Formats: sequence, C-alpha cells, structure tokens
Amino acid sequence: MNLLEVKNLRVHFPVKHGLFSRVKGHVKAVDDVSFAIQPGETLGLVGESGCGKTTLGRAIVKLVEPTAGSILFEGENIANLDGRELRRRRRKFQMIFQDPYGSLNPRMTVGQIIGEAIDIHHLAADEAARRDRIVDLLKAVGLDPSHAQRYPHEFSGGQRQRIGIARALAVEPQLIVCDEPVSALDVSVQAQIINLLQDLQAQRGIAYLFIAHDLAVVEHISRRVMVMYLGKVVELGEAREVISAPKHPYTQALISAVPEVDPDSKRKRIVLPGDVPSPIDPPKGCPFHPRCPIAQLPRCQAEVPELREVTPGHWASCHFAK
Amino acid sequence: MATLLEIKNLKLDFIAGERRLRAVDDVSFTIAAGETVCLVGESGCGKSVTALSIARLVPTPPANYPGGEIFLNGRDVLKMSKQELRDIRGGVVSYVFQDPNASLNPVFRVGTQIKESLKLHRPEKATDAEVIRLLKLVGIPAPESRIKDYPHQMSGGMQQRVMIAMALASEPKLLVADEPTTALDVTIQAQILELLLDLKKRFGMSVLLITHNLGIVGDMADRVAVMYAGQIVELAPALDLLRRPLHPYTKALMNSVPKLGAKHQRLAAIGGNVPSLGNFPPGCRFFPRCPSAQPECANTMPQLVEVEPNRWVRCLYANSL
Repeated sequence: MNLLEVKNLRVHFPVKHGLFSRVKGHVKAVDDVSFAIQPGETLGLVGESGCGKTTLGRAIVKLVEPTAGSILFEGENIANLDGRELRRRRRKFQMIFQDPYGSLNPRMTVGQIIGEAIDIHHLAADEAARRDRIVDLLKAVGLDPSHAQRYPHEFSGGQRQRIGIARALAVEPQLIVCDEPVSALDVSVQAQIINLLQDLQAQRGIAYLFIAHDLAVVEHISRRVMVMYLGKVVELGEAREVISAPKHPYTQALISAVPEVDPDSKRKRIVLPGDVPSPIDPPKGCPFHPRCPIAQLPRCQAEVPELREVTPGHWASCHFAK
Repeated sequence: MATLLEIKNLKLDFIAGERRLRAVDDVSFTIAAGETVCLVGESGCGKSVTALSIARLVPTPPANYPGGEIFLNGRDVLKMSKQELRDIRGGVVSYVFQDPNASLNPVFRVGTQIKESLKLHRPEKATDAEVIRLLKLVGIPAPESRIKDYPHQMSGGMQQRVMIAMALASEPKLLVADEPTTALDVTIQAQILELLLDLKKRFGMSVLLITHNLGIVGDMADRVAVMYAGQIVELAPALDLLRRPLHPYTKALMNSVPKLGAKHQRLAAIGGNVPSLGNFPPGCRFFPRCPSAQPECANTMPQLVEVEPNRWVRCLYANSL
C-alpha cells in the first residue's frame, strides 16, 4: 500500500490589490499534482525557484492549506483535517527545513527543542524516560548527549541541521519532508548530512520527500525523481532513468545545465532562453513552450500536454515524449 | 603573457577588540592578461576578502594589512592614495557580486546606474546609446525600453546581466566575479556562464572567478587556486587539478560531492567542520580533518611548494601523495 498518495492537489494563492484587497488573480503554486510515496522510499523533487516544490512539500504536512485535491496518508484523507485531529496524525509526518539558523528557536536549549515534540505527543512516561529519549536521539544524529543543555547559536550549520533532524525523529515519523536540507551547508558538510539521512532511513524505514534544486544530490539519494515546472509535474520516474534518459525537454535542459566536475565529459550544455514565466499568468497550452527548444506551434500553444506513462514507470508531460 | 595582477604574500587581519584574527594568510598568485583564475573554497576560507583586497574594498579598520603586496598593472594597490584607488576601481578592476538584488540601488533606474559608471570612467560615452549597446552586449532583450526599468522589475538573471553591463561599462582589464551565479537557478546560471565566456573571448579581459562549485571550474578557468582556512592549499592548471587533485583537501572536496549519473556509493564525507576564524589549528590547518594526516602535521605548518611544473601544493607529504 502507498504510504502517501496525493491526488489532483492544487494550492492557489490569491493576489490582492488596492484598498479593499480585491482578488485580482491567483498564483497557481501547485496545479493538479498527483503522485504516491511507498513506505521507506525516497522521492526526490526538483525544480527551479518558484516552481512550487516547497509549497507542495508544505501542503503535504499541512503547513499551507490545499485549495483542492486530496492527500491520503495511509489511506486516510488529511487534506481537510484540522485542530486536534490533525495534530494526532502529524506524529506520522514531519518536516526538515532549509535554513538551520531560522528553524530553531534561539531561546530554547537543544533538549527543550527536541523534548517539546515528545511532550506534545505524550511519548515519555516520566522525566527519566524523556531524558533517555533525548539522549538516544542526539546520539542517533551524531551529536553528543551533553549538547542537550546548549543553545542553537553554539552550533555550526551542519550541527544545527542535525538538531532539526533529531527534532523530526523525536515522534518516530513514517514520512519526513526534507525541504532543501543541505543547500545552506558548506560543501564538505553536505555529504555528512546526506549520509546521515540515508543511515536513518536504512535503520528506521522512514520515507522521504526530498526537495532540492541540486540534481546530483537528488539523484544520489532518491529512488524516484519528480520534476516540477510552473506548478505542474513535467516528469516522474526512476532516478537513474530520469537522469540518464530524460524524456521532457525541460528535464533535458536542466540536467545539461548542471556544471560538471569531470573535465573530460562530453555532455553538451543546452542553454534555455529567457526566464521562468510568472505563475500568476502562465503561458497557454504547455507551460514550457516559450522556452522549449523543440516546441511546435500551434500545437504546444493550444494543447496542455497530459502527464502520461511514456515507458513503464516513466511519466512525462510532453506531446513529443517517446 | 604579461602579468596583470600579482598578489605576493598577502596577509589580512581583522581586529576584534584585543584579538587579531588572520583571515588571509600568505596568499600569493598571479593573473596574466586574458587569463581566468578561479578561487575555490568554502565559506570563511578568505576567498572573498582576498578578491575585495584587489581594489582595497575591505574597510580598514576593522581590517588591517600587516604584510604583502598587490601589484595591479605594476603598481602596489596597498600603497595607493585615495585618488589613485578611485581611478582603478571600475577603471582597471570591476566587480560582479553574488546577490544582484542587493548590489543594485533600488531607487534608481538601471540605465541611470550604468550611466553613472560611464560618467566616471568614460565621460565622453555617457549616453543612452552607449547604455543600450552595453545592455545588448549582455543579452537583455528590448534594451531601449529596459533602461527605464527599476531593478525590482527585473528577474534575478536579468539583474545579474545589468551588473555585468555596469562592470563592463568602464572597460576594465580585470573582472572579479564573486559567486556570480550562486543566487541563480541552474538554467539561468548556464546563461550567465555562457555570457561571461563569450565576453571574455571578445574583450580579452582577465577574470578572477570566485566559487565554491568545482563544476564551474572546468568550464571557465585556466588555473585554479583552492583555499582553506585563509591559505592557498593547491594552485594548478584547471584541467590538471580536476583530473588529478594532489592536496588531500582538494581530493576530499571532490569526493564529497555526488556526481550526476555516477554509481550510487556512500558519499565520502569530510569529518568535522571548517575551522572558524581565530581557531585555526597551529600546524597544517586541514590536519584535524585530513584522512592522510601524520603526527608531524599537528605542529609543522607546510609551505606552498611546486611539486611538479606549475603545480603548487601546501602539504608536508606533497611528494608522496
């Protein structure tokens, strides 16, 4: 069974103008997105800034309210839950944030930060059990148990990200949404955090939705990869396949644009013209057609391409994908 | 090729109360006319302050230069008067910074801002026509209407193009680009890198490119200097370094980033953290994190030595690497 199944999810933000805040339109941050995550699996989510990947991640853990569609967690729709009902289920899904400086309360000790989650969900019978649990969590993420008495500012960026991970682990979730967990870290520290996330998955069978803009990192950690452009999924498939044989012209350009360390590589860079269009007024038809090197008018301007299964398990939304 | 820039044994301290924190320690390298050199390193390694020192853009105090020389066009920047500095800033060396949104003035039109640079360095060319020519040069569509735009009306990629146009306005001999694509998306990054390569070819400028991304090095650089904790640890021709890194830090850095399409192996993470300013280890600064460290490394600071022609490495065991 799927751990998480997202069906036709939409998140639209109203754009307000003028004295009486009249709604002038909507930013379609997430527009008709469907996918599933298996237990213990990592699904990578890539896309450029403004493509809606963070909003999608936040909508799944219900930090933003979905406009339409359903989010089935273990078969139960959580899209419309709130209050106590939602809090009870939140134990199963947690989030790790991009900015390890902004996501920890500077006035709480590390022990309080991790302990708060344990208290809310009543996961420790007494003070001793609570303390043991915090010690175990700190050890699990590679920190010293004595660190529980310290404040976030005493730690480096990589250590703070470990605290964020320990906080997420405190409630023993089955799914963690990782929103760019390594992009704020130094290159030499990124690998430590990636390895830690993989070890934790192997030990505890946690599923990840791993959001990042760095394709190499996403390919490394994910079993399957999903590519978003202007609020829509343009490609979804096995990580290896999507990277080695991308079907959608956007994915092809994205992969070719990644600067390569190997100087003898023969990869040819495809430079896309122009910028990502505004999601308030996305292009008609295929949202990628104004920048697409293989677009054919008038078809691409008129018809919105369906996300279809081009080869088994490999989906793409392009009229010409094969 | 003539040497345009020569930095010799540069030292830079930041004075914080009683403490002198050495951010740049004994850095030496050269840039020839028309050459591109990359400075690579993680945050806090001193790469940005080294680059800013070329036009003396680090405020003194809190900074202080206890030693070293920076010869730009044969003259020592550290000994120049205020007037002379004003002439070289923009005139000989121009900068493009990481965050174009923070570098542009939000209350002036972009055309006005580019014209300001022209007025200072090429007053006879301070016209709309020249501004339009520059914007066209950096690939901004419909520049005639764009010169009236304010920075917030442009995307990040466009703003960075404006910054480059502004840097080129004074026809500098050296362009210093400090992480020019870090704030941009990969597809926009590809556009900006193509533009820099193209402009370099057309004008024969020298470029000092600062980055933490080794992937960019292979595309752009002739030579690379890798910095760690205020020192250059390896200096080599770019392709040689990428094919066969010699310093343990360079090797570790290259192994710790996942490569697209590579086999799924566990990443070789570098243990520990980058040492912070003022807490550099006494011997080799990479010693606490080095996989091939020997007892001697703890107390003896290695020198940057030429182990093979044109390949400089700062490691006690450079010859046995």
